[in-house]
Amino acid sequence: MISIDVRNASVDFPIFDAKTRSLKKAVLGLGKAGGKIGTDRRIPVIEALRDISISLRHGDRVGLVGHNGAGKSTLLRLLSGIYEPTTGTSRIVGKVAPVFDLGVGMDPEISGYENVIIRGLFLGMTRKQMEARVDEIAEFSELGPYMTMPLRTYSTGMRVRLALGVVTSIDPEILLLDEGIGAVDAAFLAKARDRLHDLVKRSGILVFASHSDEFLMELCDTGIWMDHGQIREHGPLREVLAHYKGRDPFGPPEVEEPPPAADQRKAEQENDAEDQAVEVAS
Amino acid sequence: MDLPAAPPAVPSRSFRRAFGDLAAGWAQRQLWGHLGWQDIRQRYRRSVLGPLWITISMAVTAVALGLLYSQLFGQPIQTFLPYVTVGFIVWGFIQGCVNEGSEVFITNEGLIKHLPSPISVHIYRLVWRQTLFFVHNLAVYFVMVVVFGVNLGWGSLLAVPAFALLVLNGTWVALLVGIVSTRFRDIPPVTQSIVQLMFFMTPIVWVYDMLLENPATAARARFIEFNPFLHFVEIIRRPMLGQSFEPRYWIVVGSITVVGWVMALLFMRNYRARVSYWV
Repeated sequence: MISIDVRNASVDFPIFDAKTRSLKKAVLGLGKAGGKIGTDRRIPVIEALRDISISLRHGDRVGLVGHNGAGKSTLLRLLSGIYEPTTGTSRIVGKVAPVFDLGVGMDPEISGYENVIIRGLFLGMTRKQMEARVDEIAEFSELGPYMTMPLRTYSTGMRVRLALGVVTSIDPEILLLDEGIGAVDAAFLAKARDRLHDLVKRSGILVFASHSDEFLMELCDTGIWMDHGQIREHGPLREVLAHYKGRDPFGPPEVEEPPPAADQRKAEQENDAEDQAVEVAS
Repeated sequence: MDLPAAPPAVPSRSFRRAFGDLAAGWAQRQLWGHLGWQDIRQRYRRSVLGPLWITISMAVTAVALGLLYSQLFGQPIQTFLPYVTVGFIVWGFIQGCVNEGSEVFITNEGLIKHLPSPISVHIYRLVWRQTLFFVHNLAVYFVMVVVFGVNLGWGSLLAVPAFALLVLNGTWVALLVGIVSTRFRDIPPVTQSIVQLMFFMTPIVWVYDMLLENPATAARARFIEFNPFLHFVEIIRRPMLGQSFEPRYWIVVGSITVVGWVMALLFMRNYRARVSYWV
């Protein structure tokens, strides 16, 4: 039985700068028995996620929304098990396939074919399983004879196609998708969407972070709205989206919706800028 | 939203999770086995001789230094050359595990942050890669055995368990040093200088027995026994050269193996989950 159970989880990143991230500091720091200068933490900490509680079961299709730096990517990493919570608990049962960055685990010096195998192994497949899928991936990515050429000879589009081909060929129990997987031409994207749909159907649990309302509605039914590292709302996707956007993006075009006050918008932007810095530091 | 009662989660800091990591990493041997090979092929990609270069460069170093030092110390070439070769091969393995171990998580930052794999996968990949280097270098040793007629006996088979011990120790060292260096970035240069220094303090291009035979140096030479690397080199070099079995080297290495693994497991228990935060 595949499941994700997270309870009161927080993720705090220690930020070591060039000075604190050294043994010298730690050793000298221990010696300072005398004057306690008001700081109980020598290392600054960024609270990327606070008090997260989620339970997901087979069949759950969750869309993640929130501003940049609201903690969507960190939450995905928490759900994948990359980060274990600093406080609280998390328990993940099932084979996790995280698709955060299409390029990771790809080696430019080896052939497309070999990259397919390695990438598949990274995603928890076996060699045999991947070898059985290579032809299908080659066909989907329209690479043909290029499969035997080193990856560095590929154009960016070709790489994305290959990576998408691999990712959509696997059988994940828990599928975690981060946005930014649409960097291909429109015709190809339409083809990729079909495969993505199939992939989502095969997977037991889906968590998908995206800024595209249409894409979210296509793939998900529930939504989680992340705000400043906390879950602001968790419920039916359309409602969550409506609250997040301040209007129902799929409802009739209403005009009664007042635009957010100018100063509030400014404050949000500032928050965004701060969060952005957090994201980089993490 | 109301959440159902969560099943009890195993705390991050537990020996169960530490052993679980090691076991799950082992289960992924298809992955790190492939990556270890890949690392080697990668290094010699597009070169005509490929990984054969590992063997060639080891042969050149061993022969050149063997000839030089045999002349300097007045040692017969037919015994000294195999001695230096085996020393270099073993040292190459030790040095690789320690030095690359200190950067094992730092260099794999991208993988650690994007793919949830047990951290032991990176350790196994490293030790496997070093093992492959070792095997490539063994070719030089076997040539020496034939050329100089090294007198091997049944006792030489002890080299196999000796190498197993070397692998076991390389694994805990890489784990321990890897975790500490990820947190404290001054550790890699420190370990690298220490390893460099230890090369000169370990009998590889010089002979320990020679110092013991010389009454002028015999008393002081005994201090070399405090060098743990001596014992690691000796347990495998002695059988490979057909020399007698010396139990004390095995006892020392065995003890270090136990103590080292206990330390590494303690670090695994406490800091395994922190590695992805630190990289």
